[in-house]
Amino acid sequence: MSTGITKRIIACLDVTNGRVVKGVQFLDLIDAGDPAELAHLHATSGADEIVLLDITATSDARPILIDVVRRTARKLFVPFTVGGGVRSLDDASALFDAGADKISINSAAIKTPQIITEIAERFGSQAVIIAIDAKRKPNATISSEGTVPAEVYLAGGRVATGLDAVEWAREAESRGGGEILLTSMDCDGTRTGFDCPLTAAVAKSVNIPVIASGGAGSGDHFVEVFKAGCADAALAASIFHFGIHDVRQLKAQLQGEGIPVRLPC
Amino acid sequence: MITLIDYKAGNLTSVRKALTFLGQESVVTDDPALVRDAEALVLPGVGHFCTTERLASSGVRDAVTEAIERGTPFLGICVGMQWQFGGSTEAPGTKGLALFEGACERFHTELKVPHVGWNQIHRTAAGENSRLLAGIPDDSFVYFTHSYRAPVVEGVSAVTTYGETFAASVERENVFGVQFHPEKSGDTGLRILKNFCDYAAERSAR
Repeated sequence: MSTGITKRIIACLDVTNGRVVKGVQFLDLIDAGDPAELAHLHATSGADEIVLLDITATSDARPILIDVVRRTARKLFVPFTVGGGVRSLDDASALFDAGADKISINSAAIKTPQIITEIAERFGSQAVIIAIDAKRKPNATISSEGTVPAEVYLAGGRVATGLDAVEWAREAESRGGGEILLTSMDCDGTRTGFDCPLTAAVAKSVNIPVIASGGAGSGDHFVEVFKAGCADAALAASIFHFGIHDVRQLKAQLQGEGIPVRLPC
Repeated sequence: MITLIDYKAGNLTSVRKALTFLGQESVVTDDPALVRDAEALVLPGVGHFCTTERLASSGVRDAVTEAIERGTPFLGICVGMQWQFGGSTEAPGTKGLALFEGACERFHTELKVPHVGWNQIHRTAAGENSRLLAGIPDDSFVYFTHSYRAPVVEGVSAVTTYGETFAASVERENVFGVQFHPEKSGDTGLRILKNFCDYAAERSAR
């Protein structure tokens, strides 16, 4: 039976100092433009959602840039997620107040997991995305049960936690997380494709949507992550910013492959 | 002037922002007196059905009922629409307004719950002349995020399918409800909100 629901294409804006930037494997940042302009551009060309991540808020130990969020949200009428440096219910409240529909938490959720429940109880689980940055364990192979050994990192990929990605995703769900944003640190910025086995392992072990992130470089990669990776949504940044791939063109390809998508009018 | 009902659950900013974009003035209140005298009411909603309990204890529920009887345009969004039904199995002790028959239940499906993302709305026969959906092409995509859904009963103007078919929108005289989030559904959603604002403006001009 057709589920009716479409696979989502999410445009991600990595922001630092109020500007959108793009790095390779979390490093070497280059300027890609203004957040509000790019968000609007992506939404108009058919992105189903926009994610804005303040990628240096946690490492700089400063709050997220509320005015950038407010400015970006003003004329954006698709779901808008903001993350980076969310440490408390108050941080989250300020972002919702500035126009975010969902917040994404990463480091704080690992350090104090009860924050997930606190925000979910106040704003609903649908508003809480758990961002997981995961790196495959060296020399580990995929077991016959389909588990994919990967370790969770925090602070924008700077600190290893010892947590297993699948286990952490399950716990985050049980604490009230509404969606998982899974970024493969191995694939991020490489444009060689998503980590489909890891995405599938997480997607099959939770009952909430999983957004795949890291590695998008072509339309084929999205086809793979929706089919083999079992992703509910896929996120990409750089390939959209520089106009290499526009969302409309990508969705036409996905539809041609039998993947249900929302085509822009 | 549209009055947005604040019941301290979830996030009113997005709806307010969309109304502002449409050139529509709005105020936010939890004061029953202001709700009773409003020109038009919008009840946004996210989260748990039990949060609507506050509407009863604060007197807002009675004010809404009075306003509806007087013909005040009323739009419920998401949990705001579910509240227009008899109740929800999410919070069995909490009563809805019972303006539409039946109660909301959790999705009966093997699919992932919550139902999150863009899905299509299909008009029912009763929805052909819907004020709220005027100018909206059939099968348009809108954004949903919910775990409980309302039954397809009299007054349902459009349905959506996710493992099963459920009420996407309801409409009866001055009462409107949408399960999806028009404030997050791009141009389609803005048009739906505009339809409500236009209806509200016509009513208050009478």
